[in-house]
Amino acid sequence: MEPDGPARPPALSPRELGRWVWRQLTSMRTALLLLLLLALAAVPGSLVPQEGVDSLAVARFQIEHPALTPWLERLGMFSVYASPWFSAIYLLLLVSLIGCIVPRTAVYARALRARPPRAPSRLDRLPAYASFETDAGGDVDDTLEQAALMLRRRRFRVDVDPSDQGEGVVRAERGYLREAGNLVFHVSLVAVLVGVAVGSLWGYRGNAIVVEGRGFSNTLTQYDEFTAGALASPSSLPPFTVSLKQMTADFQTSGPQVGQPKLFEATGTVTAAPGEGARDFDIRVNHPLEVDGTSVFLVGSGYAPVVTVRDGAGDVVSSGPVPFLPTDSSYVSEGVLKVPDAEPAQLGMEGFFLPTAGRDADGVPISLFPEAADPALSLFVYTGDLGLDDGAPQSVYSLNTDDLQVVKGDDGKPERLLLQPGQTAELPDGLGSVTFETVAEFARLQISSTPLVWLPLTGLIVAVSGLLASLYVRPRRAWVRARPAQQGRRLVEVGLLDRVARVDPSRDLDDLVTELKSALNPPPPKGAGR
Amino acid sequence: MNTEALAQLSNLGVASATVVLGVAWLAHLVEWAAAREVRPARRDRSARPVVETPVDAALVDAAATTPTGGGSAASVGSAPAAGGAGGGGGGSRAVAGLPLSRADRFGRVGLSLTVLGAALLAAALIARGFAAGRVPWGNMYEFAVTGALVALLVYLGLVARAGIEWLAPIVTGFTVVVLGLAILAYVPAGPLVPALDSYWLVVHVAAAAIAGGAFVIGAGASALFLVKQRAEQRAGQPITTGVLGRLPSTVQMDRLAFQVHAFAFPVWTFAALIAGPIWAQYAWGRYWGWDPKEVWAFITWVVYASYLHARATAGWRGTGAAVLALIGFATFLFNFVGINLFVSGLHSYAF
Repeated sequence: MEPDGPARPPALSPRELGRWVWRQLTSMRTALLLLLLLALAAVPGSLVPQEGVDSLAVARFQIEHPALTPWLERLGMFSVYASPWFSAIYLLLLVSLIGCIVPRTAVYARALRARPPRAPSRLDRLPAYASFETDAGGDVDDTLEQAALMLRRRRFRVDVDPSDQGEGVVRAERGYLREAGNLVFHVSLVAVLVGVAVGSLWGYRGNAIVVEGRGFSNTLTQYDEFTAGALASPSSLPPFTVSLKQMTADFQTSGPQVGQPKLFEATGTVTAAPGEGARDFDIRVNHPLEVDGTSVFLVGSGYAPVVTVRDGAGDVVSSGPVPFLPTDSSYVSEGVLKVPDAEPAQLGMEGFFLPTAGRDADGVPISLFPEAADPALSLFVYTGDLGLDDGAPQSVYSLNTDDLQVVKGDDGKPERLLLQPGQTAELPDGLGSVTFETVAEFARLQISSTPLVWLPLTGLIVAVSGLLASLYVRPRRAWVRARPAQQGRRLVEVGLLDRVARVDPSRDLDDLVTELKSALNPPPPKGAGR
Repeated sequence: MNTEALAQLSNLGVASATVVLGVAWLAHLVEWAAAREVRPARRDRSARPVVETPVDAALVDAAATTPTGGGSAASVGSAPAAGGAGGGGGGSRAVAGLPLSRADRFGRVGLSLTVLGAALLAAALIARGFAAGRVPWGNMYEFAVTGALVALLVYLGLVARAGIEWLAPIVTGFTVVVLGLAILAYVPAGPLVPALDSYWLVVHVAAAAIAGGAFVIGAGASALFLVKQRAEQRAGQPITTGVLGRLPSTVQMDRLAFQVHAFAFPVWTFAALIAGPIWAQYAWGRYWGWDPKEVWAFITWVVYASYLHARATAGWRGTGAAVLALIGFATFLFNFVGINLFVSGLHSYAF
């Protein structure tokens, strides 16, 4: 840095610089810009698929946009709401918010203790002003007392400056709740953010598919998907077990919305902890099961064909329900079956399940209705190495066919097994047989725990109450001045000042003046009871 | 009457309401066209800006605790004209005993047709509810029709209370466009999907619709405020003739916009950040999941929060705030149209 003339102001000391930065950060203008920035920063997360919202969509997007992906990844675009730049904005906003609340609370506390403000020297310059002369109701101090009484009745805070050389003023102010509401609103927002932070740091959420007749224990290994906050302890989840008796999925069978879902319901029993008694449950959409601080939701359903596989030696090597994941609203479902114990070679199967089988105009198999009215199972069979032995974890819903050979039929084309319940297909080359026994339904359950879930809610309700006060309480100042006038009369002046513009203070002023006049001229019968 | 007939009646109601509102819109456009020729002097409204501007300036000054200028405010006294005149509009014109101008006649025709259109729409929606055996808030078509109706009801309510006939062309035009586009999203009346089968549907959607209706009025007022503000800045004086002369003073329009938003914002907070998350907690097991619809509801909330802040921030009052109100409305519309049509998410059954 070069010295450039004497006019240059002295450099800011670190302390001054700090104060300057703090003042900038907590200024209204900065808060406004940060708010707009927050809105802008939230946009990309709604357009690019998000890891925490739909990881499958992220995977699909990344395959479709290989060139864009590394850049988006670098910018944190696949998890915008956890990215450093998004966090930076809301943390700055939080600091700005607190930096605004604290001094304003102090100012407010002082204002609460202070007397209502002094009267301006000329009340007639106020937006609402009236004056009248009177000879009734005693002297100047009596007039002021009447005015004070009247203003108190209107819930003003009132302070009387008694007459000094004949002239006295009543000062009054109301609407203190406006600023209180404003402060409550902002403090509540901080509480909401704290609640959300606690919920996401200590909370967890997972998905599991449970077939009818089977159960689910709340341990990590039983989940298909599991996400937990940084401070949650997934190793010590509440040890409840759920046993699913029946999964019911009903669909509209007539009317304009044929095939639309009508009812989803999962029933069964739940045991809160080992050794405790079981109780019945009934989970429907919008009606979760609560157990041990954890909620169990029904988020989906589907079909699990019960399949028995015999290998070349005639031994049963696989038997039981195999969940097939629905791919569309008619419940065309896809699934795989891995049979590592089959001899002479491991078997893998991949195919789809149709709850009500049919064909479209082009002969492509489709499902005509989402309920299992006429189920069909279509499978391609592979032999070879399933790749399960090297210990690398695999999804049970996908088959890696790299090291597998598709089983071909007599015509040399891949053999498609098409089965209805009760049917058995023999595999070529003495590989064994596949039997489609029957159909079970499965429930997709979401298990989640959100600590302090009540805090954000309560915070928002309080925030809205504060907001209403800050928007609808209208602070007003009022002054009444009385001084002696000619012929023993008194001149009374009334002035109103609204600190927030409202439509028309003049009518209130008229009411006030009328009431004051009649209070000063009490009707004879109750003249004594002032 | 069977449900099929009710459903058809409902469709007929929506179609005829669209036509009636279309004619109302035309009537209001003719009103504006006629206003271009109208002589300014007769209208009591034309005198108003001169009276009011200084009053409000004084109030704003006082609110900002800057020293009051004095001169202009003192000359006004208690400003008796300001308040009652807010609701003056139609009534005072007739009382004046002067023949109605062409513009005023068309304005009245438009208003009557708007009332008729709103009644038809309400009847259609009720019929739709009975035809489907539920609240008529199950899909995008029904949300659009509901939204149009609520916007009309808020408008008509404020015509009665605050004399906002000057927003007529904007409101009727908007609802006609919404109803026209709603037909593109038409689905026959039917029962609810299980995900929507909750009383939170009623609470959540009703609140969102009411806030949305108010946002329409707020956006209309803000837009006209910007137009008139700019014209007056160019002219260097208040405009009292032509179409813009039919509008209230910029101060009045700004204040109306604020009052409407001050109503809409808490309602929106309730709809989007209280009722929505409660329902989401029951239905999806989390109260907030950054679903695209949630994201945009949040963006709308933040922008309108900025609007309220802007009104208390130096350099942002007036024009800046009005622009923010329009941006807020744009995000609201995008959430309804864009997110439903282009982005898949949990709200895929539309809003």
